[in-house]
Amino acid sequence: MNAFRTCPTTGLKVHSQADALIKANAVVATVTLLIGGIAALLVLLTRWQAVLLLDAEMFYRMLTVHGMNMLIFFIIFFEMAVLYFASAVLLNARVPAAWLGWVAFALMVVGTVMVEWTMWTGRADVLFTSYVPLRAHPLYYLGVILFAVGALVVVGHFFAILVVAKREKTYEGSVPLVTFGALTAAIIAAVTLLHGAIIYIPTFLWSLDMMPVDPQLYRLVWWGLGHSSQQINVAAMVAIWYLLGAFTVGAVVLNEKVSRSAFVLYILFISMASAHHLLVDPGFGPAWKIWNTSYFMYMAVMASMIHGFTVPAGMELGMRLRGATQGLFGWLKRAPWGDPGFSSLVFSVVVFGFVGGITGVTFGTEQINIIAHNTLRIPGHFHATVVSGTAMAFMGVTYYVIPLIFRREIAFYKLAKIQPYLFAIGMVVFSMAMTFAGTFGVPRRHWDISFSMAPFQPEFSPAVDLIIGVMAVGGLLGIVGGAIYIVVTVVSVFFGKRIPEGESGLGMEGRGLPLGITNPPRPLTSADDGSDLESRGWLGTIPGTMVLVLIFLLAFITYYFVNWNLLSFVWRVG
Amino acid sequence: MFRTGIEPPERVWWKKVHKTEKVWVWIAFGWCMVLFAMMPLWHARGGQNPSGIRATVGADAFRDRVNEFIADYQVGTDGNIPVVEPPPGSDIYLEAAMWYWRPVLRLQRGAEYTLHLSSLDLNHGFSLYPLNINFQVVPGYDYGLRVTPNEAGEFHIVCNEFCGIGHHLMVGKVIVIDPPAAADAGTPSDRADVGSDASADAGGGR
Repeated sequence: MNAFRTCPTTGLKVHSQADALIKANAVVATVTLLIGGIAALLVLLTRWQAVLLLDAEMFYRMLTVHGMNMLIFFIIFFEMAVLYFASAVLLNARVPAAWLGWVAFALMVVGTVMVEWTMWTGRADVLFTSYVPLRAHPLYYLGVILFAVGALVVVGHFFAILVVAKREKTYEGSVPLVTFGALTAAIIAAVTLLHGAIIYIPTFLWSLDMMPVDPQLYRLVWWGLGHSSQQINVAAMVAIWYLLGAFTVGAVVLNEKVSRSAFVLYILFISMASAHHLLVDPGFGPAWKIWNTSYFMYMAVMASMIHGFTVPAGMELGMRLRGATQGLFGWLKRAPWGDPGFSSLVFSVVVFGFVGGITGVTFGTEQINIIAHNTLRIPGHFHATVVSGTAMAFMGVTYYVIPLIFRREIAFYKLAKIQPYLFAIGMVVFSMAMTFAGTFGVPRRHWDISFSMAPFQPEFSPAVDLIIGVMAVGGLLGIVGGAIYIVVTVVSVFFGKRIPEGESGLGMEGRGLPLGITNPPRPLTSADDGSDLESRGWLGTIPGTMVLVLIFLLAFITYYFVNWNLLSFVWRVG
Repeated sequence: MFRTGIEPPERVWWKKVHKTEKVWVWIAFGWCMVLFAMMPLWHARGGQNPSGIRATVGADAFRDRVNEFIADYQVGTDGNIPVVEPPPGSDIYLEAAMWYWRPVLRLQRGAEYTLHLSSLDLNHGFSLYPLNINFQVVPGYDYGLRVTPNEAGEFHIVCNEFCGIGHHLMVGKVIVIDPPAAADAGTPSDRADVGSDASADAGGGR
């Protein structure tokens, strides 16, 4: 069958339509990332009160553009590519109905264009959340609906690929863990996109004056889309952690049962997160809030804490099995820090956990939300999860997708190597400064915190100016990192040096290929069962990871209780 | 034998969990239970909970309540916004709309009030500065929160939910005065000049 090519690097059989669909979705993802990135720069230079670049109207317009492009279009187009990769490519399977893939792709593109048009022409200055009764042009809602339907078709297509692969026995036994993670993301996506349909269709009709929509109900169902779509990102990101771990250092799966059960916990409970946005809303009682905000007694948080352990532990064990056995952290010292796939992976895990995860759980606590809701603490939190976590992981995997799928060398490879560092450092500074500014009560989504034209002028602590300045510097650094990513990927994909057919890239150092391709980790054999590794009591054979996660836990406990303490000082309210 | 996440696992992968991994899973589980227990515990013992009295209310009905409230307790104006000084323990009403908060509230430190929040048009965000107390204000819903100011001073209400082009203009005011017994001068309503009430520690909310 010539519809397939055999990947010389991995030995996987890749269907030509899988190749094409991955490329198309990845390219559009990058275009929307560019649009969202330009908007990011404009928004940043306006919130930096010393610059205040845009006027109020343009600021809110660009904020809408930034939110929609980054959180919906970029992320979901990229995830569509991930779904095709994790099913067709990893399972050597064919794409059973490629035409359907293209119909879905067309729907998503048309929807995107409709939304872009309404936003850029000022017909939808409603921000990402478009809270009813804020009103946008009907085509805005229709565009989102078309996009969601297209994405839903891809999710269905992904399930079909899994079924076909199973029936045609293209792989042995169970699907790989990465595919299992992508399956998790797909199931959550189906639930999420249904929420999207349930809320955007009535809102579309409401925009045509055909039916009423209750503002509180809108917030409930809309966040079933808005927050759950971030949980697609979490599942997809964790799947990519396992993928990049395997590519870069030959990370092993400690225990399939544990990792897969953790993914199942995501499927079961993570969609309850709509409540995170409704903790200080008038429409819901405490029991409902506690139960939902905690994802059924924090079972989805436990899932993330498990992945946050098993991913680095798998990397540590994989490296120790290959001889990096010195001390607690000898494996980290010997790790391929010059491989942008590896550095992205590490930053993604660390920043997602330490900054994004800890702040998210803390702010999502029913009462603590009183001192966090709608302040800059909230965007501070989600820029650490969705940007430094998800987008960082997506960027990292791109450095493997370019050679493996596009069959091109990475252009400006030296720049690509420092890109994850710039982006990660910039975004960490940005997110932390933003979160810190929020503790002073600085509101999110606000054009002028000097309130210069308001009837009263509350004055923020002078520290706020400084913190906002730090935030701006971090943000600019992050934008530079993002711009490098876009330049590198666009130039590589369209003008990059082709990798000759049949060439695996093995040993081709200095040629714009990541280390995981030029010097892949040695394949493990049945002799590598870990029996000759030193076991340190309850720290076992992965003492480094155990120390790291205990530091994480300590940071978590500290931040969590500091916030309870902060809360106890404000007025009694109940 | 160990495999990576991109290879299909061994035929039977439901295996015993290694001790180290088990330790972490139990630690994570224990911490999750602490996280969960803290919320009901704070309802029982803590002073800050977003429960409130929750009801629906139409925009016109709420506006009427606010007007009645202002008529009953107005003591002056600040700019063109009425200033009210309700008695401790009473129900107080704050109207949010594009782009103002009405009225200005004068409250006594240490007294409990039931603060009713609602919006006449879009979603708004009640954010009491510099204390950083935040609540969502949703049109059609009455959020009745029992609040007890714990320090005197001048506070501002910033809108922190996007509500259109004039969002940044939407700033209100709350003045907290010491209770008459503690204050050395007369009854609270003697203080006509409400604007000068800001005490020195107003900025040191935290």
